Amino acid sequence: MRGLWPPLALLAAAVGLWELVVRAAGVPDYLFPSPSAVASSLGGDGGLLARATAVTVREIVLGYTLALAVALTIAVVLHFSSALRRALLPILVLSQTVPTVLLAPIVAILLGYGLEPKLVVVAVVCFFPIVVNAVDGLRSADAELVRMMRTLHGGRLAVFRRVELPGALPAIFSGARVAATYAAVGAVFAEWAGSSSGLGFVILQAQPALDTARIFAAVLILSALALALYALVTLAERLLVPWQQEVSSA
Amino acid sequence: MSQLVLAANGSALGVRVDVALDGVVRVLGGRRVLDRLDLHVEPHERVGIVGRSGVGKSTLLSLVAGLDDPDGGRVSVAGETAAARRLARCALMPQADCLLPWRTALDNAALALENAGLRRREARLRAAPLFERLGLAGAEQLRPAKLSGGMRQRVAFVRTLLADKPVLLLDEPFGALDAITRAELQEWLAGALAAEPRTILLVTHDVEEALLLCDRVLVLAAGRVADELRADVPRDAPRRQIIASAAFVALRERALESIG
Repeated sequence: MRGLWPPLALLAAAVGLWELVVRAAGVPDYLFPSPSAVASSLGGDGGLLARATAVTVREIVLGYTLALAVALTIAVVLHFSSALRRALLPILVLSQTVPTVLLAPIVAILLGYGLEPKLVVVAVVCFFPIVVNAVDGLRSADAELVRMMRTLHGGRLAVFRRVELPGALPAIFSGARVAATYAAVGAVFAEWAGSSSGLGFVILQAQPALDTARIFAAVLILSALALALYALVTLAERLLVPWQQEVSSA
Repeated sequence: MSQLVLAANGSALGVRVDVALDGVVRVLGGRRVLDRLDLHVEPHERVGIVGRSGVGKSTLLSLVAGLDDPDGGRVSVAGETAAARRLARCALMPQADCLLPWRTALDNAALALENAGLRRREARLRAAPLFERLGLAGAEQLRPAKLSGGMRQRVAFVRTLLADKPVLLLDEPFGALDAITRAELQEWLAGALAAEPRTILLVTHDVEEALLLCDRVLVLAAGRVADELRADVPRDAPRRQIIASAAFVALRERALESIG
């Protein structure tokens, strides 16, 4: 926790400077709101922002969970079949070159304006780093460990369960952490492509009304959500991979 | 799995298994690593294999273990030549301890029992007595990162024993340890093997270690057995006396000369 103080202090200083400059120069709120204007928007539009946050949180959490489930399943299948791995992995890489901004409207056309297209877009954005890291992690098992396992009654499944999967957990978690930072962005793109609620929708509506303070407030909440998801994944890693810290401290 | 029930009591010792290599050839990267090698190990015999690095000592163990097949000749364990049958009878202890960092010491030792289908709780119960008997009491719940090099090798050896295989293949088991710990572990291993006799192939670059722990020492050179020494040394004396004895010194000199 001590490590948190320097960036927090720097952030506080930057916010203070921002407030000072905006006030001294008399910049209107619709152009560039002061931190205090953003704060009062957070307070004043509290109910509206809270409802929008609830919608977006749901999209992020469900979409991210979907991404995890699909990514890990695909990674395990690819791990067991080198033919599939050779065929599918390049296609997965190719799929990542399609920008999410363009993908979101297509998904909206296909799946409508409900929750489903949002989940799909969030999942598509998040699943790639998880798959790639998981496949690499599973394949990076030490060959010597596998040989040793084979002489200790270890079949293919035992090697997977007791050597490859636990060994891949750190890699899987680094993929999951990267993906956690993408989820909020994915949800916003999905909402922009067609929705009537959520933080992305709030931003979309506030823009023509020149309610810039509200946009800032929504962005602030989105960052906080991404950060919270990241922290949650990191916490899960500490609980599920406790040996990692011992190894690095030894 | 029925023979595993006996594992904790160390009853693979009832099974007497021999190892035979006849005219074995193994080519790796265009080089004849093993070139018409003949080697016979009696049941419950302990054979040390010494030689320069790259002379094919580890290749030989892989072949016996059934992890690899020869390009020529015949490898058999208890008369069985199929790789899967050899694999079923041999346990390998690699030079790197290969402990799983996510398992506690006891769970690492019990690995083979779990692989054979026992539940984790039951595997622990079976492993615990041997674990304790071989001087590892107190370390059960520690992960490998918290163990010293010597302790890690002990856990690795107990794990190999608990696989309940009649043939143990030890590949430089103490190669990574400092001299004092190595001497300590050699005595420990001698004691453990006296209590749990198996057919042993011990690969090492340490001639003293081979002479101290084995009945017979083979010198490997140019892909073949270049020399064979019967390790007739006093066994009941303290280690330092054994090493200083005339018989031991003469054997060591001869082995070193054969290694070349």
